[in-house]
Amino acid sequence: MCAAVERRMYDVAIIGGGVVGCAIARELSRFALRTVLLEKDAEVGFGTSKTNSGIIHPGHHSSNETLKGRLVVPGNALFDQLHDELGFAFRRIGELTVARDKDEFGKLEEMKALGESKGVPGLEMWDRDKLNREEPNLSRSLVGALHAPSAGVINPYEFAFALIENAQANGLELRVDAPALDVDLRDDHLEVRTPQESVPARFVINCAGVFADRVANMVGLDDFAIHPRKGEEYLLDKRLRGVVRRLIFPVPTAVTKGILIIPTYDGTLMVGPTAEDTDDRYDVTTTREGAEKVFESVRKICPPIDERATIAEFAGLRAASTSGDFIIGPTSVRGFINVAGIQSPGLTASPAIARMVLDILRDEGLSLVENPDFDPTNEPPPRFEQQSVERREELASSDPGFGRMVCRCETVTEAEISFAIDRGARTLDGVKFRNRAGMGRCQGGFCTPRIMEMLAEKLDIPLHEVTKRGGGSWLVIPMESGGSNAEGDGPCSDE
Amino acid sequence: MNRRYDVVVIGGGPAGLGAALAALDAGTESVLVVEREPEAGGILRQCIHSGFGLHHFKEELTGPEYAERFVQKAIDRDIDVVPNAYVTGLALDSDDTRLVRVLSERDGLSTIECSSVVLAMGCRERTRGAIRIPGSRPAGVLTAGLAQKMVNMMGYLPGRRIAILGSGDIGLIMARRLVLEGCDVVGVFEILPYSNGLTRNVVQCLDDYGIPLHLSTTVAEIHGRDRVEAITVAPVGADLQPDMSKAWRETCDTLLLSIGLIPENELSQSIGANLDLVTGGPIVSSSMETSLPGVFACGNVLHVHDLVDFVTEEALRAGRFAGQWARGVRRPPDTVSLVPGRNVRYSVPHTLSPDRPHTIYLRCKERMQPCVLRVGDLINKKLSFVVPAEMIRLKIRPSLLDNFYGDRLTIDIDPRD
Ligand SMILES: Cc1cc2nc3c(=O)[nH]c(=O)nc-3n(C[C@H](O)[C@H](O)[C@H](O)COP(=O)(O)OP(=O)(O)OC[C@H]3O[C@@H](n4cnc5c(N)ncnc54)[C@H](O)[C@@H]3O)c2cc1C
Ligand SMILES: Cc1cc2nc3c(=O)[nH]c(=O)nc-3n(C[C@H](O)[C@H](O)[C@H](O)COP(=O)(O)OP(=O)(O)OC[C@H]3O[C@@H](n4cnc5c(N)ncnc54)[C@H](O)[C@@H]3O)c2cc1C
Repeated sequence: MCAAVERRMYDVAIIGGGVVGCAIARELSRFALRTVLLEKDAEVGFGTSKTNSGIIHPGHHSSNETLKGRLVVPGNALFDQLHDELGFAFRRIGELTVARDKDEFGKLEEMKALGESKGVPGLEMWDRDKLNREEPNLSRSLVGALHAPSAGVINPYEFAFALIENAQANGLELRVDAPALDVDLRDDHLEVRTPQESVPARFVINCAGVFADRVANMVGLDDFAIHPRKGEEYLLDKRLRGVVRRLIFPVPTAVTKGILIIPTYDGTLMVGPTAEDTDDRYDVTTTREGAEKVFESVRKICPPIDERATIAEFAGLRAASTSGDFIIGPTSVRGFINVAGIQSPGLTASPAIARMVLDILRDEGLSLVENPDFDPTNEPPPRFEQQSVERREELASSDPGFGRMVCRCETVTEAEISFAIDRGARTLDGVKFRNRAGMGRCQGGFCTPRIMEMLAEKLDIPLHEVTKRGGGSWLVIPMESGGSNAEGDGPCSDE
Repeated sequence: MNRRYDVVVIGGGPAGLGAALAALDAGTESVLVVEREPEAGGILRQCIHSGFGLHHFKEELTGPEYAERFVQKAIDRDIDVVPNAYVTGLALDSDDTRLVRVLSERDGLSTIECSSVVLAMGCRERTRGAIRIPGSRPAGVLTAGLAQKMVNMMGYLPGRRIAILGSGDIGLIMARRLVLEGCDVVGVFEILPYSNGLTRNVVQCLDDYGIPLHLSTTVAEIHGRDRVEAITVAPVGADLQPDMSKAWRETCDTLLLSIGLIPENELSQSIGANLDLVTGGPIVSSSMETSLPGVFACGNVLHVHDLVDFVTEEALRAGRFAGQWARGVRRPPDTVSLVPGRNVRYSVPHTLSPDRPHTIYLRCKERMQPCVLRVGDLINKKLSFVVPAEMIRLKIRPSLLDNFYGDRLTIDIDPRD
């Protein structure tokens, strides 16, 4: 399909569609440029950007000595505007770093001073009384806390989807299932080879997450390596909603940042992450030991939280680089720019990273002329459940798709699933992470067949080619014809 | 669909249909059944094996045949059965009026008035999240009921080489079904020392097909990046924790979960019905009325049944009382509470009244044989055995409570030699 497209030079090819690649793509779409983003997975955001704590950090946990320390505060500050423009789930709920003894309380004072020197807004020390009043379910043995009101929570996958959707609306070309296999050096440009095509581009930006060193190797660079560090997270039942209202951090020690309690945007509590080095860049398994570590640590801070309340668990890989810091900048290969080693707080920093990359491109000679048609806003489709009764009545009578409930646990209608597919969902997970269909109590037990049928219909593929998240994640096998004594017609036969 | 009905039934499974018919029999004029799926019949539509109806119809039917009999009767008797319609909310408006909010393809969002409501929303399956299995999260881990729908209604197999965790009835039935479709079923793994399914299903679905049932064994880890590639299985100790020193690996591409059912009571909870923490269903009186006046419940939404015949029996009772309520009949409150005692996990209904016959449904906590079932000092019934997988049904004569003046009766199951 793509081979037929005229081979024209791209100004920029972005390798990797995590939040970093997507944020860069969206920033670039402000300008009259020909940009393409190549993502190896079936959809953007399915790497580390889908599996993290979803925190927009205030920035007082790290000093300005590192690049990652410097990019947090400006990254955080950009989220209000991004949220207004793009409409992803984001809320500033504030963060408490809690001290277990006098020594730790002393450390909080130091963190406060550090944060203030970096411009972190609103930092405030809370004594035991205030902490008990505001968060009465935390352990009574805590002696106080540092409150940082600018901390926020976000649904990180929604952020990636919103960025790419806006970038696409402003002219970005997106290729999925398109892994960069190699990059060839030409006189005046680079050629990125994927299984489908060879993409010529003046600039290539390497945002390949845990694979960024491999992509750098493709142009002969081997000055850094990625050593993934796995983090396990545990989502808790909705009945624990409201047990804490703010993000809860322990005071970090020399070895670890500690286990956090995270009230997610959707209201459920999440606890994690662990930090274990792994050699396997696909290892997103959860472990018995990880769960023990998480819950043992959390119980000390918040006794009512208990392992039995777990409803889901996952793990993500931090793309820790050999330098320990973000690696952002031009390289000895002309036109090849690294945006690598983007470990935590990469989600928070991503908008600031994107701006930094713009400056780098400008310095490297890319002329940035404004795209006169740039529209910074997305119009997110209505979430039926969140509308007023009157508005729901209106929607359901104007579009029968709103009258067909597909996911009953999260009340997602057929119209919303259609929108998700129209806006780029190509897999069950893609639908689920766009509108929560299949994410509720029954975990898709009822709605999976209907969502599969809709994907098959709209993408015009047979049902057995619908996948959970692309690649080899197939879901069903057709029964041998004649071998089936299936009763009557399938549930879709009425269409 | 009209604006007003005497009785609105939520859910068009066997419970809902039975209740609707009984409400009509009780003399009401208009009954509405709201069903979310494109057709009424509930979970039975996907249960194409036979074994339904032995008690109620005295013959062996398949699930769809059993459901069809009720659907047909409902149509014959002018009950409004509205499919593709979903109840999104419920409210008690005044003493005599309940409001039901229905979202449907045809009518959009509408509010229906009625006198009484029957909750018959059925249940859902427990999922992987409920039991915390470490490992990866590939495609190919799904509940047995979803697999049943794929095979029986969509004409697709969930995989080729199947392992089953949990020995609930749906899992057992799917083990046989998948073997008949040419799949390999590597085994059924049950963490408890006994099966959670009916004995007849263990014999007819596993033993007859040479499928191994591993008791006191669990799945300790799931492997595979995109799709399930294998599982690690391990025996468990008395604490139900896996003993990894004895673990082994089973190659498979699919893991079916048959680890229990949970009544779907989010709607009931949203209007403040009191739930029983053990059954997960509403607390009901002997007329199947919940803690909310004029709101009745029956079937799997009340407690999980293993035989649909008893769902029907319970539904007929709930429907009859809901119908009477709509006609203005009010019953004096029950006077005796029924309390689960030794080796009784739960019993339904939760209260009784004198001068009426009752049917009590209960489950034991653990297997016992032979044993005796006691209801206070009033009943002493010898049973040859009890197992948690099989619901116990106890009929009580109206005269039983004639000379009982207390306010609570405890049910116990004790060993007997
Ligand atoms: C457990 C955990 C918790 C975290 N919590 C937070 C937090 O609370 N707040 C915060 O700010 N940060 C957090 N982080 C860090 C944050 O998630 C990451 O910094 C951020 O997601 C990195 O985004 P990315 O785009 O660089 O990487 P990714 O999302 O991994 O994107 C890289 C993309 O490149 C693609 N790719 C790889 N190779 C190729 C190729 N050859 N061709 C084409 N495409 C390719 C991948 O498929 C992937 O989609 C956390 C990280 C972890 C692991
Ligand atoms: C998968 C499975 C297999 C079984 N196999 C057997 C067997 O082999 N033999 C046997 O005797 N018994 C079997 N049973 C048990 C028996 O069939 C069930 O107990 C019986 O179907 C329960 O009937 P019900 O009406 O309570 O629930 P269901 O049959 O589940 O019906 C509930 C109905 O309510 C609808 N509904 C729910 N919420 C709403 C809402 N808000 N608005 C509108 N509609 C709604 C649902 O779509 C559904 O159609 C099985 C049960 C299950 C779950």
